[in-house]
Amino acid sequence: MSTQNIQLWEVFIRSRNGLAHKHVGSLHATDATLALQAARDIYTRRGEGLSIWVVPSDSIVASDPAEKGMMFEPAMSKIYRHPTFYDVPDEVGHM
Amino acid sequence: MSAASISVKESPLVLYALRRADDALILGHRLSEWCGHAPMMEEDMALANMGLDLIGQARELYTYAAKVEGADNDEDKFAYLRDVRQYRNLLLVEQPNGDFARTIVRQFLYSAFADLYWCAMTASKDKTIASIASKSEKESAYHLRHSSEWVIRLGDGTEESHHRAQAAIDDLWPFTGELFHSDESDKALIADGVAVDPESLRAGWMKTVSSVLHTATLKGPATTWMQKGGRSGHHSEHLGHLLSELQSLQRSFPGATW
Repeated sequence: MSTQNIQLWEVFIRSRNGLAHKHVGSLHATDATLALQAARDIYTRRGEGLSIWVVPSDSIVASDPAEKGMMFEPAMSKIYRHPTFYDVPDEVGHM
Repeated sequence: MSAASISVKESPLVLYALRRADDALILGHRLSEWCGHAPMMEEDMALANMGLDLIGQARELYTYAAKVEGADNDEDKFAYLRDVRQYRNLLLVEQPNGDFARTIVRQFLYSAFADLYWCAMTASKDKTIASIASKSEKESAYHLRHSSEWVIRLGDGTEESHHRAQAAIDDLWPFTGELFHSDESDKALIADGVAVDPESLRAGWMKTVSSVLHTATLKGPATTWMQKGGRSGHHSEHLGHLLSELQSLQRSFPGATW
């Protein structure tokens, strides 16, 4: 069986309560149920997860790498957006 | 072949543990034969995972059997140094992999039983067996879910996949009677609440199997004639070949480690 024409899915795993789901990879499956099972079998074999999301890869809208100049470079020069110009008073303690 | 077979003092409890351990080891080994050969990488992993679950169950049961027997045996000796006639597994689990449909149907028929069996065995009066059951039950529940989903997709898939799945059901069905069989050796264990009477699981098994087959547009065969013999060491011709591969290293190089 060739996997060429089988739907591609992106897999997100949440490793612990309170953390966000994180992209871990992709897989082929014919439908959502089998995609979830395959994700379990491939990406949680070493106890990595408490929760799995699978999303059809073609449902993801991605930025165009060719536009990275326009998209991301303008932010590079704006270091004042980083909260590093403030002195935190000692009384505040650990932030 | 230079390592001789061990002898085993099969008290009812030792025999009981060995029978379940052998089921798990042989089915686990069958699944391991798919490693690198499954129709797609995702399923290669799924089959290997199930195989590892089963081999893990076998190890715990062999270790317990060795402890109860109190002789010089251990999990490795039970697995590697018993002859085909000393193996006590169900005939169902030693049947060859065949095509993917056959492997899935075999897994489904077994897991539909194992899921109910391990659930019931969590209430065993034998604390070790109850603890093995509680771990195995979660594994079997997943094996049942995974194999059920595939039975449905193969049965209700293409004409070709339906045909192959139905052929597997028809051929493997006569091996399912043995799932519910118990003998003299089991009776006292059942009476003492150490073991569950497998016959009491038949209705639940039939309900699960019928429901999945119906969804899969497959038919349970009308035949009621059933094969038996595995529990007393009378196996099909396939088990000897499986064991020759499984045991070749330890038979040729006794005690080899790496």
